[in-house]
Amino acid sequence: MIKKKETVAMLLAGGQGSRLHLLTERTAKPAVTFGGKYRIIDFPLSNCINSGIDTVGVLTQYQPLALNEYIGNGQPWDLDRTYGGVTLLPPYQMNKRADWYKGTANAIYQNLQFIDKFDPDYVVILSGDHIYKMDYHDMVEAHRRTGADCTIAVFEVPLSEASRFGIMTLDGDMRVTEFTEKPAQPKSTMASMGVYVFSRDKLAKYLEADEADETSQKDFGKNVIPAMLAAGEKLYAYKFNGYWKDVGTIQSLWESNMDLLGERPVLTLRDLNWRISSRNEAMPPHYVGYEATINNSIVTEGCEIYGTVENSVLSAGVIVERGAVVRDSVIFGNVTVKSDSEINYSLIDSGTVIGKSATVGKEMALAKGITLVGGGLTVPDGATVPDRAICGADMIKELAKGV
Amino acid sequence: MNAIGIIFSSINEKSIHELTKERTMASVPFGCRYRLIDFALSNMVNAGITHIGLITHYNYQSLMDHIGTGKDWDLARRHGGIKLLPPYITAFSNATNTIGSTWLGALVNVRDFLNGCKEEYVVLSDCDSVCNLDLDAMIQQHISLGSDVTLAVKRVYIADGGHHRSVTVIDSDENGMITGVADSAGRPSGYADASLKLVVANKKYIENAINLATAYGYSDFYKDVILRGKDASDCRIYRYENYFATLRSLNDYFSCSMDLLDPEIRRSLFGLRSRPVLTKVRNSAPSSYVNGSVVRNSLIADGCVIEGTVENSIIFRGVKVGKNTTVKNCILMQDTITGDNAYLNCVITEKNVVIREGRVLSGHETMPFFIEKNAIV
Repeated sequence: MIKKKETVAMLLAGGQGSRLHLLTERTAKPAVTFGGKYRIIDFPLSNCINSGIDTVGVLTQYQPLALNEYIGNGQPWDLDRTYGGVTLLPPYQMNKRADWYKGTANAIYQNLQFIDKFDPDYVVILSGDHIYKMDYHDMVEAHRRTGADCTIAVFEVPLSEASRFGIMTLDGDMRVTEFTEKPAQPKSTMASMGVYVFSRDKLAKYLEADEADETSQKDFGKNVIPAMLAAGEKLYAYKFNGYWKDVGTIQSLWESNMDLLGERPVLTLRDLNWRISSRNEAMPPHYVGYEATINNSIVTEGCEIYGTVENSVLSAGVIVERGAVVRDSVIFGNVTVKSDSEINYSLIDSGTVIGKSATVGKEMALAKGITLVGGGLTVPDGATVPDRAICGADMIKELAKGV
Repeated sequence: MNAIGIIFSSINEKSIHELTKERTMASVPFGCRYRLIDFALSNMVNAGITHIGLITHYNYQSLMDHIGTGKDWDLARRHGGIKLLPPYITAFSNATNTIGSTWLGALVNVRDFLNGCKEEYVVLSDCDSVCNLDLDAMIQQHISLGSDVTLAVKRVYIADGGHHRSVTVIDSDENGMITGVADSAGRPSGYADASLKLVVANKKYIENAINLATAYGYSDFYKDVILRGKDASDCRIYRYENYFATLRSLNDYFSCSMDLLDPEIRRSLFGLRSRPVLTKVRNSAPSSYVNGSVVRNSLIADGCVIEGTVENSIIFRGVKVGKNTTVKNCILMQDTITGDNAYLNCVITEKNVVIREGRVLSGHETMPFFIEKNAIV
């Protein structure tokens, strides 16, 4: 007998995130490193537990190994529960057929049994690719108050960017009158955050209808929400005013990391009332050597800094050797920056070694764009990785020939 | 692993009374993010020991808080795992309460726990030492030589009659058989084998020691049990080569903490992938350095905000160093907050200390200035 849960969260973590290039070659996007010692998925998971939601289904599909290992039994988020807790939900083989998740709606549809087990009143649908701190409980309360069938979290975006999002037209009571996915001519600046609260019965009803419709792309934004609107169901928007960032591109991922810097950072992880939890190893404290200079940066466990670090985010176990310079960059875990090398305006994936006197990227003011170096690579001594390059194993081979 | 571990959390607490006033020796904070027990526990866990009894006596709240279920050491187990062994005092006999002050006294107290264990070997460890020892190799030596009891030792130079860092000296013959036990105080200068207070023994040997202690009122495991019985049993040393320090005074605590700034010592304690030092994991954000901060030769934990200057210091989690403040040769424990324009030299602050703006405080390397928990300067 499983106890009833008022709210169950379903976290869509199966996306590939192809715009993150090399970073998501071997890991799903939600498992990408963020802010030194976090992964993107730490944000929705921590939001859940901080909002009092202790039953979370995580839907995985693309390259789930790192993600499964990372979530484990959910202990770092206090989601290792006898009743509820975190459950990984990969696609599975059914009695009559076996299918991959064909879209966001289909993924939830295939796991309606999981939801039913807890007999919830509300289902919160989340995605694993945004950085934000949000109280879902507050949103569920708003949903209850308005008597909505579905409540969609919205975030005001500049009109110039509105065509990248699902845009909603609202009436005076925040009721949704129109929803357009990525409109060419946006009528409003209220963008969907991909966070939905559904009344459970309506969710089941519309998912089943959507599943039966063969022309549907099985997507919440494209199919389910428009179908509900067309049927005259009550859809309300819930306005979110805090920090919210889609980290779907190298540029936005870099920007969001930079938002952690400064004396009064735009995004703070120090708020004890809204802790962001993560799984991390017990690594020794970081060491700062005699000749090191660190300015406007964040540094975490296991790092050893002998060179210069400016306006950068360093993840666990990063070594910056003497004479090396790291500027305006985001460095993932266990990267070694060898002596006298220089990294500017770059994002370096985990485990990579930057050779002695090598140059990666160009000064931010002069660069054409961010340089990305993939994980587990060795940039040869003295090599130059140009600005805006996407440096994978092939480019490393070319560089090795050239030196 | 066919061995259980026994850790004594409270022995020698008087020696660092400043830090053990409200906690056990085991839970004394050390090295930015650790507690002393982490070294003893990690040595055991890294050798594959999964059944550990933790003997507690006084003030073990902080220790229980640190250990929790034992999950951070992979010791939250259905079978075995870590068991807290608090003082056993019944309503009918609570007259003598000496159980926590010696190994033998403590062992008599946990006789039932030992009797219930099926393992053949017992590892005994104190918590006032800092080392990363290959305990598996030590147990293998113990088994392959057919010893009854094996003591880990390290060759050290004892100067000034041993007054600097007082240790227990173990004498042995060329085969490593133990011939004598002495205190370093009063011994002539020279090399000697210092005890790491880490012992591997056959369970039968320990059971016999408990019987002897009960029968004859023995109190000293080394002098009463090992020395008196050395001719009848196989008592040997195991040589350990890497970094080791025993903390017998606040000065020891200060100098041993500063030892961590030496890269060789750090490597010997933390540099081994196969033998990590495990500790309770807290959710602190990474540390922030703002523009204008200057940091040299320091170890810094997560969750800190550094706005001033930090040199040759050990900075624990959640410490804030204000603007234009200088922190030199200091140990600032968890959540110490220093205001702007302050100057600190050779200061040890306990947890939650607040140093207000503009304060100037200085001790000396030989006499660090100690500030109590929750104090406001």
